[in-house]
Amino acid sequence: MKKIWVLLGLAAIMLPTLSGCQLKVLDPKGPVAETQAGVIKLSMIVMAFIVLTVVGLYLFMLYKYRASKVGADYKPPHIEGSRVLETIWITIPILIVIFLSIVTVKSTSEVEATPKGYEDQDPLIIYAASSNWKWHFSYPEQNIETVNYVNIPTNRPIEFKLYSYGPITSFWIPQLGGQKYAMSDMVNTLHLLADTPGSYLGRNSNFNGAGFAEMEFETQAMSQKDFDKWVKDVHHTAEKLTEPTFNELLKDGHLGRKTYTGTHLTFRPAPEMHHMKKMDGHQKATEGQHHHE
Amino acid sequence: MKEYFSRFAVPDNGEPMIIASQILIVIVSLGIIVGLTYFKKWKYLWNEWLTTVDHKRIGIMYILSALLMLFRGGVDALLMRAQTSMPENGLLDAQHYNEIFTTHGVIMILFMAMPFIIGLMNVVIPLQIGARDVAFPRLNALSFWLFFFGAMLFNISFVIGGSPDAGWTAYFPLASTEFSESVGMNYYAIAIQIAGIGTLMTGINFIVTILKMRAPGMTLMKMPMFTWSILITNIIIVFAFPVLTVALALMTMDRLFGTQFFTMSNGGMDMLWANLFWVWGHPEVYIVILPAFGIYSEIISTFAKRNLYGYKSMVFSMVAISALSFLVWAHHFYTMGHGAMVNGIFSITTMAIAVPTGVKMFNWLLTLYKGKIEFKTPMLWAMAFIPIFLIGGVTGVMLAMASADYQYHNTMFLVAHFHYVLIPGTVFAVLAGFTYWWPKIFGFSLSEKIGKWSFWFIAISFNVTFFPMFITGLNGQARRMYTYSESTGFGPLNFISFIGALGLAVGFVLIVYNIYWSTRYAPRHVTEDPWDARSLEWATHSPVPAYNFAVTPVVESTQAFWDAKEKGTQLFRGKYEPIHMPSNSGLPFIMGVLFFFFGFCMVFGMWIPSIIFGLAIFACMMYRSFEHDPGYHISVEEIKETEKKYGVNSHENQLA
Repeated sequence: MKKIWVLLGLAAIMLPTLSGCQLKVLDPKGPVAETQAGVIKLSMIVMAFIVLTVVGLYLFMLYKYRASKVGADYKPPHIEGSRVLETIWITIPILIVIFLSIVTVKSTSEVEATPKGYEDQDPLIIYAASSNWKWHFSYPEQNIETVNYVNIPTNRPIEFKLYSYGPITSFWIPQLGGQKYAMSDMVNTLHLLADTPGSYLGRNSNFNGAGFAEMEFETQAMSQKDFDKWVKDVHHTAEKLTEPTFNELLKDGHLGRKTYTGTHLTFRPAPEMHHMKKMDGHQKATEGQHHHE
Repeated sequence: MKEYFSRFAVPDNGEPMIIASQILIVIVSLGIIVGLTYFKKWKYLWNEWLTTVDHKRIGIMYILSALLMLFRGGVDALLMRAQTSMPENGLLDAQHYNEIFTTHGVIMILFMAMPFIIGLMNVVIPLQIGARDVAFPRLNALSFWLFFFGAMLFNISFVIGGSPDAGWTAYFPLASTEFSESVGMNYYAIAIQIAGIGTLMTGINFIVTILKMRAPGMTLMKMPMFTWSILITNIIIVFAFPVLTVALALMTMDRLFGTQFFTMSNGGMDMLWANLFWVWGHPEVYIVILPAFGIYSEIISTFAKRNLYGYKSMVFSMVAISALSFLVWAHHFYTMGHGAMVNGIFSITTMAIAVPTGVKMFNWLLTLYKGKIEFKTPMLWAMAFIPIFLIGGVTGVMLAMASADYQYHNTMFLVAHFHYVLIPGTVFAVLAGFTYWWPKIFGFSLSEKIGKWSFWFIAISFNVTFFPMFITGLNGQARRMYTYSESTGFGPLNFISFIGALGLAVGFVLIVYNIYWSTRYAPRHVTEDPWDARSLEWATHSPVPAYNFAVTPVVESTQAFWDAKEKGTQLFRGKYEPIHMPSNSGLPFIMGVLFFFFGFCMVFGMWIPSIIFGLAIFACMMYRSFEHDPGYHISVEEIKETEKKYGVNSHENQLA
């Protein structure tokens, strides 16, 4: 019994933290993260309903049928089961699962595509590759490459093309949307979009060895105007990324921020078609192989 | 010479904790040897334990080893929580932290949860189905020794050569020689392989035992629920473990012989490892959970003084869970990029598991209905299980939703979820079962008072430890980070977790103290039925004689013993007859030792000794094939003698 009160007390302490929306995942700054936060909140409500029902039933049973309450000579009856009750507690969960399945399938295809309302824009493509415990960002369109930070324009769909020069990593900017793996033998596409300017922490969330904990990067979301200005500045100030420089970069464990003109994609292309070619021996259309449907 | 031996050094040698352990291991080993010699216990140890094929003793050895491993895994956990209790804490460095969470995962799942459950099933199943032993007693001993030496091999990695450090999931290419150069991951591949072969044998052994050796009258649908859960569990073992065997064999070849199954170049495929691992790994979760469901079914029914509600739907829901357990593995890596379609399908199969699990939940609750609930320690564990596991279950459904999982994946939210499932599910269950069946094994009960203290400590501290992780997870704390900066704001909640972990430690110390105290001071009662229970294991004496039942019982319902007590049905019909028993054998132990050295040499790539030990293992198998082992008989006189000691003067008395 006591435990229940402790639990309730704990929940009471922690609920304000939850509802305050201080938590990054529940404080979305773009439509993808917003869809996900919506799904999370909806599922929390459904789950709260289930927990309350079951815990209510549980407390009732414990209160009503404990030995000290029912009397010393009480003899519990033999009850086999009830078809009606069983039908109820199979049907209702099935209905809940069907409802949640629809929500899941719908929201999953939503976050796996260009966010709704932004389809008319050309997505900005950024290649994000991990090596050891750092991230390389290549902007083929802008002909820029950065290390450990990424600048993006707001209100424009971004397609991150993810791959790795080593162990599996997972590219995650909680406030912009969920994560996806970066692997050495294929390129994954992550659709994100920021609708509010700001600085958002991104990180690798998949354990990949000694330097894992510090494998973070900063995402700066800025207006298209500021973004264009930044691109221009880079082209004026930054040095060109050469193959030897890039090979040096790959060797380092951790590294500060770096900015270059040019991208490593020209001399070290991403493993985009590589895998598919091997598997079926024919090339697919220009898009990466991750679009299954 | 020095170069040859340098391979055994731990890479970061000089670490005080490792040196202390090295010294401690030598001292403890010496202490054991000296102690055994001084008290002249070598013969006793060899005759009564190392060579035993008795399912009860094998069970006890499993449980003892599991408790030992619980201690090791628990210390790992405490160190982790201590390290992350404060931002930028310097207690452990990254390498050490990585080793510790890797060994914590492997040890808790494979060398604590599994053997604890296998120990309980060893002790209980033959008794519960009215059998004299398992179907293949010697294979059973071999299973134990393979597990034991597998576990020992894994543990010595800490002091010889270096611990594995690529996570218990050992994802490639991180686990390849390219990124994990030390022998740590070799230990992982080979030690788990050895223990896994033992588990596979257990699976076969118990399927045959349950299908072929039930007491007359016990049809499948009259088996106690724990027996059902164990039957289904072992079927899962037999289907799932071969996948692990193959995956580990490929891993071993990648690491030792330079093959390229999972590597980054030459067509190796890291995703293949993740798939193989979880094709085994998810059913593995049910291997440790379903027996827990069985234990709770027994305990809830016993202490609610009611028959188990909805017996048939309980059985069918377990069958459904076992089938579904093989269809959900990809939910462990929705984020690998297999698209909305595949993720959608795996989301649905995963959520579908909630339906049969819910059925079980409601059946337990309805077993309490109109009952007469007694809150003895085992029942307290079972009652804490219901609400806590419920939280684990509903957060599991939340994680099953692929779009949302992109945000939960690899975070503390996930860590909180699976501890909310595995601790009330498995750990509470084995502790409950341990307390529940203890008097049957040893003939006296554990102290209720200390038991209840340890229960409250663990049940409350558990929530204090793991609930905050749901929140830090949603706030973006990734799992497996050895440290974090203060600006993340993860500090306070992680500190609360650490306090909870200390409470858990106190609870586990109390359990050990309870064993000590009760062994010394608890009143020795020899009642066969201290809890007023329902199934056959309570119909024989406590502690159980070597032959289990003097006369094979006859069963007519799902709760044979209860009917015998309430309705006066006769369980034991017929006269004493000589009982055929399997004879002891040193071979399983010797094979275990040989496997240990074989594995050790493989880990370090010492090929010639590996081949010699491999041949020796093969020679043992040959020897066994040609060995004639007729077993022995316990005569009627001896049975009468033994029964007299328990206060049964003649067989007729026992009938009344």
